[in-house]
Amino acid sequence: MAVLSKEEAKQIIDKVLAFSKADETSANLDGSRTGNIRYARNSVSTSGETTNLSLSVTSVFGKKSGTATINEFDDKSLEKTVRRAEEIAKLAPENPEYVGMLGQQNYLDIKSFAASTDAINPDFRAEAAFKSIDPCSKKDLTAAGYWEDSTGFTAIGNTKGLFGYNAATSVDFSITVRTNDGLGSGYAVRDVNDVSKLDVALATEVAIQKAQASSKARALEPGKYTVILEPTAAVDLLRNMMGSMDGRNADEGRSFLGKKGGGTRLGEKLFDERVNIYSDPQNLEIPGSPFGGGGGRFGGGGGGGGSDGRAQEKVVWVENGVVKNMYYSRYWAEKKGVKAIPPPSGFIFAGGNESLAEMIKGTEKGILVTRLWYIRAVDPQTLLYTGLTRDGTFYIENGVIKYPVKNFRFNESPVIMLNNLEAAGKPMRQGGNLVPPLKIRDFTFTSLSDAV
Amino acid sequence: MKRRDFMQMTGMGMGALMLPSVPIFGNSVSSEYLLEPGIDVALKKRYADIALNATKSKGATYTDVRIGRYLQQFVFTREKQVQNIVNAESFGVGIRVIANGTWGFSATSDVTPEGIAKCAETAVAIAKANSKFQKDPVVLAPQKGVGEVSWKTPIKKNTFEIPTSEKIELLMNVNGKAMENGAGFVTSNIFSVNEQKYFASSDGSYIDQDIHRIWPTFTVTAIDKAAGKFKTRGALSSPMGMGYEYLDGLASEKIAGPNGTVGYRSSYDMVEDAILAAKQAKEKLTTKSVLPGKYDLVLDPNHLGLTIHESVGHPTELDRVLGYEANYAGTSFATLDKWESKKFNYGSKLVNIVADRLQPHTLGAVGFDDEGVPAKEWDIIKDGILVNYQAIRDQVKIIGGKESNGCCYADNWDSVQFQRMPNISLRPGTEKRSVLDMIKGVEKGIYIIGAGSYSIDQQRYNFQFGGQVFYEIKKGEIVGMLDDVAYQSNTQEFWNSCTQICDKDDYRTFGSFFDGKGQPSQISAVAHGSATTRFDGVNVINTGRKI
Repeated sequence: MAVLSKEEAKQIIDKVLAFSKADETSANLDGSRTGNIRYARNSVSTSGETTNLSLSVTSVFGKKSGTATINEFDDKSLEKTVRRAEEIAKLAPENPEYVGMLGQQNYLDIKSFAASTDAINPDFRAEAAFKSIDPCSKKDLTAAGYWEDSTGFTAIGNTKGLFGYNAATSVDFSITVRTNDGLGSGYAVRDVNDVSKLDVALATEVAIQKAQASSKARALEPGKYTVILEPTAAVDLLRNMMGSMDGRNADEGRSFLGKKGGGTRLGEKLFDERVNIYSDPQNLEIPGSPFGGGGGRFGGGGGGGGSDGRAQEKVVWVENGVVKNMYYSRYWAEKKGVKAIPPPSGFIFAGGNESLAEMIKGTEKGILVTRLWYIRAVDPQTLLYTGLTRDGTFYIENGVIKYPVKNFRFNESPVIMLNNLEAAGKPMRQGGNLVPPLKIRDFTFTSLSDAV
Repeated sequence: MKRRDFMQMTGMGMGALMLPSVPIFGNSVSSEYLLEPGIDVALKKRYADIALNATKSKGATYTDVRIGRYLQQFVFTREKQVQNIVNAESFGVGIRVIANGTWGFSATSDVTPEGIAKCAETAVAIAKANSKFQKDPVVLAPQKGVGEVSWKTPIKKNTFEIPTSEKIELLMNVNGKAMENGAGFVTSNIFSVNEQKYFASSDGSYIDQDIHRIWPTFTVTAIDKAAGKFKTRGALSSPMGMGYEYLDGLASEKIAGPNGTVGYRSSYDMVEDAILAAKQAKEKLTTKSVLPGKYDLVLDPNHLGLTIHESVGHPTELDRVLGYEANYAGTSFATLDKWESKKFNYGSKLVNIVADRLQPHTLGAVGFDDEGVPAKEWDIIKDGILVNYQAIRDQVKIIGGKESNGCCYADNWDSVQFQRMPNISLRPGTEKRSVLDMIKGVEKGIYIIGAGSYSIDQQRYNFQFGGQVFYEIKKGEIVGMLDDVAYQSNTQEFWNSCTQICDKDDYRTFGSFFDGKGQPSQISAVAHGSATTRFDGVNVINTGRKI
């Protein structure tokens, strides 16, 4: 059984901590079952299911720490793992930035677990693949898609009295539909905690329509255009920007939030006043995690070792275009005398009520972008990114989609883009975030691509 | 039993540019534990036979078994301190079968006769369950069994035997020297990997391999607080299929370049490079911004490797051409009709691209791939014409091929093997020509060293590349450094603008240690060799912005 209850998890963690001989010890217990099905050329190519239950123990002597992990849970194995972590710690170099472990935190109650997702089995996955492949083969189109579902938990505890538990489920689904002449391609991507909220056939239908409508694209000259970025296109640039809001990098002068002459741009108006970005772990559409600062897949935002146990809270990052908060490591926050806000597990870009269709209707001339692809940082100083449009790019004139256009390469910074904001529509869940379609003027396309 | 953590590199100060995240397989252990021998080869054979017999009795028509022990040691430092040391071991068995003409795969960390037998049965059951969706049965290109054989990366110093303290000492020296020479910040790392993998198949192969790879690297950041500016310069090392001897810094493996630059073949002087990096990062703070336009580009192997990777390596992967990666990595412009025509001008006549898994010291060098096909060398582009792809056994059969060229790889025992890139390299020129000779002939150009930002579309037509260091060339001479440089081109146009290639004395490899592909995503390591090469009239843009 990979998904333990809170009580079962606490029992193991308590046992581990009782074996501790170190100054401080923490334990991180992760359990999951992950299943997937992948298809291409209208046929299933791979599918599988894996379960895992794994315990990671970190022991600390002074400022030296060591970590050992194990997949066996008898008393002897648990004790052996604690001893091994202690041995590794004793041999480790001192970390001058080590900050002592946290005591008990007040964790928010978060509804990230759905019984419907927990109940998924291989037949369910096969059926989902069929629902997606079948309409494509009937229309003489080619489907390639990927489905991955997970159910699992993360429990954390330490010798300072901290304990936290969270169970979560998730489903990620993406589908690419191509016309058989290779001239049209469409895409849709969805993610949910509760699989009953996922309509695979509907998402596939969106990809089908885009594939058919994008066929025989015309070439437009590259340049600056008004664009409507669908949420799937907008999310990547926004996520990259949110991932660059580390306070230490800003203080050290190596971030877009660093200031001329030293200091940071916290409190400065960097964007259009209609830009409001916040995070809320209790948002029902994108339930986050109760603890942050690097945690397991089912508990925290990040991975790379156990969570440091900080409680996630609602945080305003940008308010009316002004930078309100940055996130910090506990070490740097302590040094700077500021609150150690952990990076969020997902963000919400506040939008309006306008639908994508209404936004198109209100556009005189513009480009509708389904998706951006192969996005890479060009200049971390200005957050300039490059990448390409993909799987459905269309020319809008007088409120209607006129014709498909060839894909463009862009070179654009989300900071510049959010100064050129024209409108934000109704937000939609994308990769654990809530992002509206964004209408942006003067979006920079630098060249054309022949890719379909 | 899958355990795979992704270490977020941005938090480690590595910058999101090259390494969004680094996967760590398996359990954290001590560095001493990594030196313990795995199970012996006779036992591995016994276990493999249990799996082969179990799948056969359940109706499998083909089976391969991979018993793998995958070791990783990653050391992370910044300035004067060690940030993290990862020692990880992952051990288990993956069993792949064909039953009812369909693939099935199952993996387990329970490496016992009972665990393996159960896993084998699951693999067959999955194949049978999936067969209801199979339109055409899987057919493999033939591969004769090779019997009981072994292969080992020819290393001189096993990285895992070098004390961690010695690695930390080296990285502290690197960081210290960079700071002394003008760096505001520096991060440095040594990534080491050892794959101890045993492959057995129903074709009669029992292959034991011991594969080593290493990648020392750093990023230096120079800061001008008054101007609110910062610039970085990454290491000019290459990840290698070598042991710790790569860090010996042998003078015989250095190639002196223009303006004090140094090229490294199979030996790297990390401290020397860090000193130069700090000076160059500092210089970049005040360097002139490029004027956009057409330039002749002189591309150093440490830069060109990434361009080869993206614009030749990926589009000539047969699985992409056939559509297997359509939902993620994409398809390819190098379609079957272009290959069948035997006339598709991928590049100019000078362009000869070769695929191999044989070149010594490279990331792609192995004895056999992960479906038991012996390592070989073959042409991808010959005299500018597209002549072949990178293939595995079932996919080569789809295009009527007679044999696989050995491109199958899985990044762990619990990952299913699929088509991955072998070494893809540009053959050096046949005429004697040094970098200085090449620069002498350029009227208006840019000499680019090191890999920077990179992006290419899903069919591999349109790309944009940055770099680490840019030198302006005017009338055959380097006149100074440039900044904010990126070039944009179309793959076919770019390779057809190739007009000169330096000779074999300038040949070096570049590599990608964590190349991602597939869903769920897997990594692989691959090298790209070339000599400095000239491309004429390439479009250069200015990437400078104000926010």
